[in-house]
This record gives sequence, structure tokens and C-alpha cells, in this order.
Amino acid sequence: MIGTNIALTVAKATCHFDVSAPWLTRFLKREPRRILKAVQDVSFTVRRGSTFSIVGESGCGKSTLARMIVKLQSPTGGRLDFTPLEQADGTRVPPRVQMIFQDPYASLNPRWHVGEIIAEPIRELKLIDNEAAIQARVDELLTTVGLSPTDASRYPHAFSGGQRQRISIARALATQADILVCDEPTSALDVSVQAQILNLMRRLQQQFGLTYIFISHNLSVVRHMSDDIAIMYLGRIVETGPADLIFSDPRHPYTRLLLDTIPDVENPNRSRQPMSGEVPSPITPPSGCAFHPRCKAAIAACRSQQPQLEGEVHQTACHVVCAD
Amino acid sequence: MTGTTPILSVRDLQVNFSGRYGELTALDHVSLDIGEGEILGVVGESGAGKSLTGTAVIGLLEAPGHIVGGSILLDGSRIDTLPHHEMGKIRGRKIGAIFQDPLTSLHPLLTVGQQLIETIQTHLPLGRADAVARAIALLADVGIPSPETRINQHPHQFSGGMRQRVVIALALAAQPRLIIADEPTTALDVSIQAQITTLLKRLCREHGTAIMLVTHDMGVIAETADRVAVMYAGRIVEIGPVEEVTRRPRHPYTAGLMASIPSMRARDTTLRQIDGAMPRLNAIPAGCAFNPRCERADDRCKREKPVLAARSHAAACWHPLSGDQS
Repeated sequence: MIGTNIALTVAKATCHFDVSAPWLTRFLKREPRRILKAVQDVSFTVRRGSTFSIVGESGCGKSTLARMIVKLQSPTGGRLDFTPLEQADGTRVPPRVQMIFQDPYASLNPRWHVGEIIAEPIRELKLIDNEAAIQARVDELLTTVGLSPTDASRYPHAFSGGQRQRISIARALATQADILVCDEPTSALDVSVQAQILNLMRRLQQQFGLTYIFISHNLSVVRHMSDDIAIMYLGRIVETGPADLIFSDPRHPYTRLLLDTIPDVENPNRSRQPMSGEVPSPITPPSGCAFHPRCKAAIAACRSQQPQLEGEVHQTACHVVCAD
Repeated sequence: MTGTTPILSVRDLQVNFSGRYGELTALDHVSLDIGEGEILGVVGESGAGKSLTGTAVIGLLEAPGHIVGGSILLDGSRIDTLPHHEMGKIRGRKIGAIFQDPLTSLHPLLTVGQQLIETIQTHLPLGRADAVARAIALLADVGIPSPETRINQHPHQFSGGMRQRVVIALALAAQPRLIIADEPTTALDVSIQAQITTLLKRLCREHGTAIMLVTHDMGVIAETADRVAVMYAGRIVEIGPVEEVTRRPRHPYTAGLMASIPSMRARDTTLRQIDGAMPRLNAIPAGCAFNPRCERADDRCKREKPVLAARSHAAACWHPLSGDQS
């Protein structure tokens, strides 16, 4: 074991998708295979009881990474290892990992009572075998997430988006999960409801010592929730480190671009010069550093060589920044 | 605001939905003005009626929704009472629209050029060659590189941000007086979002177009709009210059909304939250609709509906915040 305070170790995780045309078409048109490199050589560790956030724009691979962590997607290379938990009797068990999805309208079965939705993981994993005790546990979970035990007999359609997300959280907690992977848990919600859910998640983390892996594109939410952050661009981590350091001293040009372009209510920059260009396709990524076509500081090495993450705590993958 | 006639003037607009549960009021006495070259932000949570306000102005309300009171004036003349075919001429010609999802607003089987040229020729008396030239000029104007080749491509060959630029070019095709932009940046990534809002601001200044920017994102409003109207449960609860409303909100709902946005500066332990949720249309409380969620509410708030004063910065509240706290 590497150390008991590490919950998850990801080492050079890679996920490639084959998006080629059928072989006959390829043969007739003399096309090569097309490989979509969704996640490339991603390494990080997540401390137990902390919140690790993965940030990036659409197509950067953050959701594929989340799916690999919960093993809905197997990596084509590298490893993702959970540190086993030590039980009171000395035996080691793997931690329980659950996922909270973005869209609370799609992630709950509309034909099931809320009570059944929350009880199912308890029955499936045989955590409690007594029916009355299961009901008591469901009531307790509903109360924990700020709903009422009487809500157990209602269907999901009777709840608002924020309440449904509370039900998703209750279902995840029902398994006595240690690690929650949250894929954009609040981006389908209104801001005032988002604040309620974020506060709930923070309270539950303190209460149960949960570890969160938080996927988001909303930097102000990430700032609020995270202990550590990894910024991804086209399948690779370009900058990673403690949240305070990344927000106070962003180093990678892409991180700076992200921090500069998000609209800020407190200090609106009404005369901004937005960065031009868009995220390239992960099927044909630019050579060298994938960000170089949009980067103002790019030098010759950026076009030919892939930069590696450098630094101790606060790591950056950039030829220009690391040369200073 | 200047003394001239505003481009859009909505007065006491009331929209009802009739259905199984009787008549439901979805918009209740909504009044707003947008002047030339001005961007008015309309902000609120889902179900507040912000998109509905836009839909009513374009004249695209669908049954069971219907206007039961008030008036909509474009350049001083009523448009809410016009028959359907008359409104069809104004839509596109005088009022352009930009919607959230650029993929569903474009025809997937026609090239971008065909769609632009059709729109231009419907509204302007131009020959084919002139229409093509105008289409290319429009694409260049919204910042699409090499418009001569892009004009012959289909929407699927464009990225999300570029598609939204095409939709903006379509909205501008007939040089409308007013553009209704409903969540134009919500489906886009942050770095592209900034490009689109900058483009909207530039076009608004250069062409003098009035823009109604409907969004739920206070950050976008703070950076783009000149004035902002905050909506709650079908009513405008606060309206005023964007700087004033975001920094010194008067209505407790606006203040709560601002406080619940996580700060980029520091990491607070807990966010201030407004408990509860916005009421459904069939259960809007009497008096001020916000009273069950409001800390400042008293008996009067439960009985009487507060009205919006005709001031530059007004809040529909019996106990407004003094406005000096940030």
C-alpha cells in the first residue's frame, strides 16, 4: 500500500476509441484507421476525504475519465487503483464507489417510487436483510439529504430538479459509498438550487468523510468545492495542483485563458478580448503541445514536442512556463 | 434612457395558460423598454417566464398560452394585435431571433448559404447575385473565416461556436431593429461563450440593434447587458442598470441570487442559499410571490402585491434593501 491517506491512484490511464469506418470501406477508399484519443497518459492521486476536480471544455476527456474511475469504461492503457480500506478486524475491503450524474431527469427510473430507487442498492448489495430495517434506512437517508420520509412513496416526476438531485445523492449514499464520482452534478440546476446542493454535498463530506471526484466546467463551482484540481485539454492534464495555487497563480496558458474568459459577476470585464480559436478534434490533435495553435506564447518546441507535467506540488505541462 | 421612443416597449403584458387546472397566469404585468443599441438582460430561474416574454414579443406563443392583457409596441406601433400573416412579415424582418441550440435552429440538409439567401430574399428586394454577396458579407461580419468557401457547407461541418455565428448572421440578415437572444451562449464552452457575447455587443453598437438577452447566467448579464430585468414567478421583481442591480440589489430575491453564486475570489465554507424553490404556476402565493422564501416578509407581503415603480432602478418589494450593501 502506498499510504493510507490516498483513496485513488491513477497511473498513465489512457483510453482510445476506434472510430474507423468499416474495414471494407477503409480498404476500398484506402483510408487508415481513425483512433480517437479521449484520455492520454493521465496520472494523479486523490487524497481520502478530499475533493479532486477535473476541469475542461467539452471533448477534453473529463467524462471518459470519470467513466473509467467507476469502471463503466475500461482503460486501454495504464492503471486506476483504489486503496483498500482496513476493517476493524484487520481485513481489507475495496472502497465502494458511486456516481452522481448530471441530468437528474434521466438518471432516476420514472416508474419506480423514490423509496424503491433508494432501497435497490441496499437490497442488491445485501447490506441489510431485514425489510423493516431497509425502510428505516431509506427514511434516514431521505432525511439526511433534506427530504421528508413521506417522499418515499412518490414518483420522481413529482420532484423538482434540485430535489431529484438530492434523491440521486441519497441513492449513492445508500451503498455506504466512500468515493462519489460527480459528473457535473449541478449544471442542470438553477443557481439558487445549485447553492443548496453544493452546501449539502459539503455537509455530507464532513459528516461521512466522503471523497469526491468532481467533474465540471464551471470554475466558480470548482473553486468552491475543490481541494485539488486537474485542468484537462484534449485528453491530457495540462496543469494540476492544490486549488488555491491554481486560482492564485495559474501557470499554463490554457488555465489562464479559462480563468480570463469566464464571466465574473463580481468584477465584470466588459471590454475583454476573447481568445480566438476552438478546441481541435481529438481524432486529429495538433502535433506537440495540443494547445499551441491557440497559444500566444508558443515557441518552436511547442509544435514538435509533447510537454510533460513538471513541478513538485503544482505541476504544469508547458515548454514556455517550465523553461522559466 | 433617452427621451426618444424605445424600439421595444412592453406594457403590462399578461399571458395566461388555460388548461385542466383553469387559467394559470404565466406572465403578470410585465413592462419593459429597450432603446436603440441597448442590450437588456432578462434573468431568472427556470419557469420564471423569461423565455415566455421573448416568445410573446416574437408572436410565437403557442396554445394554450395566450395574451390576455397589455400591449407590445415595436417602434411605437402595436404588434401584439396583428393578424398571424402580418406578424410573419415582421418576424425576421424587424425582429430577429437567436435560440439556445444552434444545431436545431439550422436546417441540416441545406447549406448555410441556401438558408441565408432564402432569408435575405424573403425580406429584402435583392436579386440572387446581390443576395449571395450580402450572405458572404454577413458571414464575414459575424467572424467566420473564409466565408466564400464556408457558404457552401452544411451546418454539420461547423463547430458549435461557428454554428451560433451562422444563426446570428441569419438573425441579422434583414437588418432587424430588435433581436431576441434566448440563452445564446448556454450550449457553448466558456472560451467560445466570450467570443459570442463580444460579437453580440459589437453588432449591437455597429448596427444600433436593440437586443433582449434572455439567460440564467448572471455572469453573462454582468458582462454583456446595459440594463437587467430580474424575473420571478412571472413578474419582473427588479429592473435597472446592470452595475446597480448586481452590486446594490434592492429586491431580496436578487440579493439571494447574487449571494448563491460561488465566488471566484475566496473559498467560503457554505454558500448563502435561498431555501425552497420557485412556486409552480398553479400555486403562486398571494401578495408577493417571493414571501414564503423571504427573510424580510411580514403580513403586508402576504396580502398585497408590490408594484414596480417607474424608476431607472426599481424593485417590486415592500421592504427593499437599502442598496448600500454589495
